[in-house]
Amino acid sequence: MDIFKRYWWIAGLLVAILLALLSPLASPHPDGLERVAEDTGFIERAQDAPFQIIPDYVFPGIENEAVATIIAGILGTLIVFGLGYGLALALHRREHQPPHGA
Amino acid sequence: MHIPDGFLNTGTTVAAWAISAGGLGYAVRKVNRELGERQVPMMGVTAAFIFAAQMLNFTVAGGTSGHLLGGALAAILLGPWPAMLVLTSVLVVQALLFQDGGLLALGANILNMAVIGVLVGWITYMGLRRLLGEKPWATLISGFAAAWLSVVIAALACAVELALSGTSPWQVAVPAMGLVHMLIGIGEGLITAAVLAFLKVTRPDLLSLHQKASQA
Repeated sequence: MDIFKRYWWIAGLLVAILLALLSPLASPHPDGLERVAEDTGFIERAQDAPFQIIPDYVFPGIENEAVATIIAGILGTLIVFGLGYGLALALHRREHQPPHGA
Repeated sequence: MHIPDGFLNTGTTVAAWAISAGGLGYAVRKVNRELGERQVPMMGVTAAFIFAAQMLNFTVAGGTSGHLLGGALAAILLGPWPAMLVLTSVLVVQALLFQDGGLLALGANILNMAVIGVLVGWITYMGLRRLLGEKPWATLISGFAAAWLSVVIAALACAVELALSGTSPWQVAVPAMGLVHMLIGIGEGLITAAVLAFLKVTRPDLLSLHQKASQA
């Protein structure tokens, strides 16, 4: 199936979005660095960001936290996909262009 | 292990930004010269997968969690230079949009996860692949080990930055960060090996995109 060979990346993006749907199930415990910071007493040095857009991966203004997390997750997944794809598109070698120095 | 603002002093912050900028500048030049057409969507998909997977914290031990960093996985799928840009894209969006990791500390987070994590993952993977040859489990074993080591070394780099900043003494920060990430690294290794196994079964050609690109 040629179409699957060519558009495999849509399947890849769907897998990523599927993972974002699972995000409310993530472990709520502090991560490795936060744990060390709490246990060894420097967590209070952490400063809040000067501005907050989607803090803690919870989309603001939505009452249901699981839904807010999923929306934040899908939004972030799509933005990062666009950024990675766009960066690659901007930088990649043009196949029809002679290589540098040729 | 996204460092928030406030943990690092000015000298460490500036030094981390400088080293990261140097690494990223080199990566941009390499990608500009070597990235093949077929790797373009792979950069987007890898970034999306790593972002989503980073939201899925897993519990490792009594009240501590970890999540995929993805540096080794990205390096194996794309080669080290595109992988650095992918991890950096993820970290920039996390810092700017999701307030995960500080804005000033972004340089250190890029250094630890996008530069050191990717390079350690890549070097370990390539070294083990050479050592193991064409044995059937070579990809998965190498991927697991590369992922585990990349997390542990990135955590040690973070500990060094905390110590240099006077936030936590060396003899505390280094063993504490190292030990907890030796556990988290097991999760990183399992997820990385699972993704490689899935691709090996479904689309083995996607595993060697960058080798083909550099030969072309």
